[in-house]
Amino acid sequence: MHDPITPDPSRRSFLKRSSALAAISLTPPAMVRAAEKGFDEKIAGVFEKMPLSVTINGTKQQLSIEPRVTLLDLLREQLHLTGTKKGCDHGQCGACTVHVNGRRVNSCLTLALTTEGKQVTTIEGLSKGEQLHPMQEAFIEFDGFQCGYCTPGQIMSAVACVREGHANTPDQVREFMSGNICRCGAYSNIVDAVMNAKQGGKTI
Amino acid sequence: MNQFEYTRASTQQAAIAALVKDEHAMFLAGGTNLVDLMKRGVTSPSRLIDINELPLAAIEQTATGLRIGAMVRNSDAAEHALVNRHFPLLSMAFKAGASPQLRNMATVGGNMMQRTRCPYFYDTAMPCNKREPGSGCGAIGGYNRMHAIFGASEQCIAVHPSDMCVALTALDATVTIAGPKAERKIAFADFHRLPGSTPQKDNNLQHGELITAVHIPFNHLTNVHYLKIRDRASYAFALLSVAAALNIKSGTIREARLAMGGVAHKPWRLTEAEKALKGQPANETSFKKAAAIAMEGARSYGHNDFKLKLAPNAIAEALRLASV
Ligand SMILES: Cc1cc2nc3c(=O)[nH]c(=O)nc-3n(C[C@H](O)[C@H](O)[C@H](O)COP(=O)(O)OP(=O)(O)OC[C@H]3O[C@@H](n4cnc5c(N)ncnc54)[C@H](O)[C@@H]3O)c2cc1C
Ligand code: FES
Ligand code: FES
Repeated sequence: MHDPITPDPSRRSFLKRSSALAAISLTPPAMVRAAEKGFDEKIAGVFEKMPLSVTINGTKQQLSIEPRVTLLDLLREQLHLTGTKKGCDHGQCGACTVHVNGRRVNSCLTLALTTEGKQVTTIEGLSKGEQLHPMQEAFIEFDGFQCGYCTPGQIMSAVACVREGHANTPDQVREFMSGNICRCGAYSNIVDAVMNAKQGGKTI
Repeated sequence: MNQFEYTRASTQQAAIAALVKDEHAMFLAGGTNLVDLMKRGVTSPSRLIDINELPLAAIEQTATGLRIGAMVRNSDAAEHALVNRHFPLLSMAFKAGASPQLRNMATVGGNMMQRTRCPYFYDTAMPCNKREPGSGCGAIGGYNRMHAIFGASEQCIAVHPSDMCVALTALDATVTIAGPKAERKIAFADFHRLPGSTPQKDNNLQHGELITAVHIPFNHLTNVHYLKIRDRASYAFALLSVAAALNIKSGTIREARLAMGGVAHKPWRLTEAEKALKGQPANETSFKKAAAIAMEGARSYGHNDFKLKLAPNAIAEALRLASV
């Protein structure tokens, strides 16, 4: 029986040729032509890019991507929005936190195609031009970072934490910010920043 | 990550039909377990059928309980007024799981279906009977600190990592499953499996079946607590966890429900301990006695020896916290 995920040896050796793969991922029509020339339809199918329409930081994007691209890789590699960081790439650190339709999620475990028709906000979309978001200001004022690598994720998470109503006490902030790991251990200042931003009277 | 095809399903029927057509296709819900496994090359579906648009995200009160749709996000269920009012044990379990971001993504159906797993399952360079039947178990005789103390087999000693499922087991929930032909219902406690000689099967869902909801019957459990013990205060899998639910009247336990997580291949119901608690005074002596009974038949594998001591203490502590 034909097994769609175990191609026959000739196809497998074809698949192993990374140069061929790279060429194909850049030019999907080439793949379609290859399919017409006798490659298995299934294989043509899996290499095909799919359309994605998504609003990122207020700008509507019409994209064409492979199904396996994560939202994180789409943001960083294709849209060059490198503010969102890749820490673990496995949902364990929170560095990749962004908002999808207002909810904080790990973009490393979000397949980009699942954001069709949705609103994505990254750290780049938080400020209004040169005017920093109150949470960004609070992180600066209270020294909520050292190396800064986790910071975009911390700030995106912190904004959601306040909006969700989960920033009422320092203990609650600790619990509801636990999805963001800080390798430098800036935690106590992060809690101060979140509490102060919350209490500062500005709209978060 | 391997290449795959991607389809969005707009109806339940279409989702099931698409799955039935391709034996290597899988449903995609929140993706928090599946995408992770795909990135590590542990799971390589030919096609993902995105079920995020299916209208299965409601929480509704029925004549006899609460019906929670399979696509309800863990965070939404945790905060829902009806869940909080009727099943605070379940809210506690939800809030103890993963992180706020992951809970925003993770669905009820996906949480049930997340793989029973261990580091050897993830490491494709190591043997694992669950990942590759017949290859051996790296954890037996290997590093097994997180592993099972109940119901394991010579083939597999991994544990089911869910918090939600432990509470749903204690709450006698029922799972509703839609298939290509008909709908069926299965008791939550019968959904997951012990490893036996088929550790590759975590549960009794068949290919082509879709979880549509869980139903939790109303109860008279007046005193509940979900105790999760982990290596850090938050955002970590359970070393072990205990869901304790009691009906206490005038200091006497009328009914008891107990289940544990992090100790077996499936959420582990402590039936004998429950029986031992019934009719007893709600005090330390009863709790410790029940905990000792619950531990009968437990065995450890070296690095997880500590669980033999931690588990009874945690059971007694969960009962104590529930009873106050
Ligand atoms: C870093 C990290 C920490 C975590 N910590 C915890 C924790 O402490 N406690 C805890 O309980 N969990 C924890 N988890 C696991 C998390 O809860 C699960 O990954 C999540 O619940 C899976 O749900 P999902 O919707 O994302 O499923 P997906 O990843 O989309 O799917 C998982 C599986 O379920 C199948 N599936 C999904 N929906 C259905 C359906 N309706 N019918 C049939 N099959 C379906 C999919 O095909 C797939 O096989 C953690 C995960 C990560 C990454
Ligand atoms: S990069 Fe996504 S959680 Fe670490
Ligand atoms: S500031 Fe360095 S990781 Fe957090």
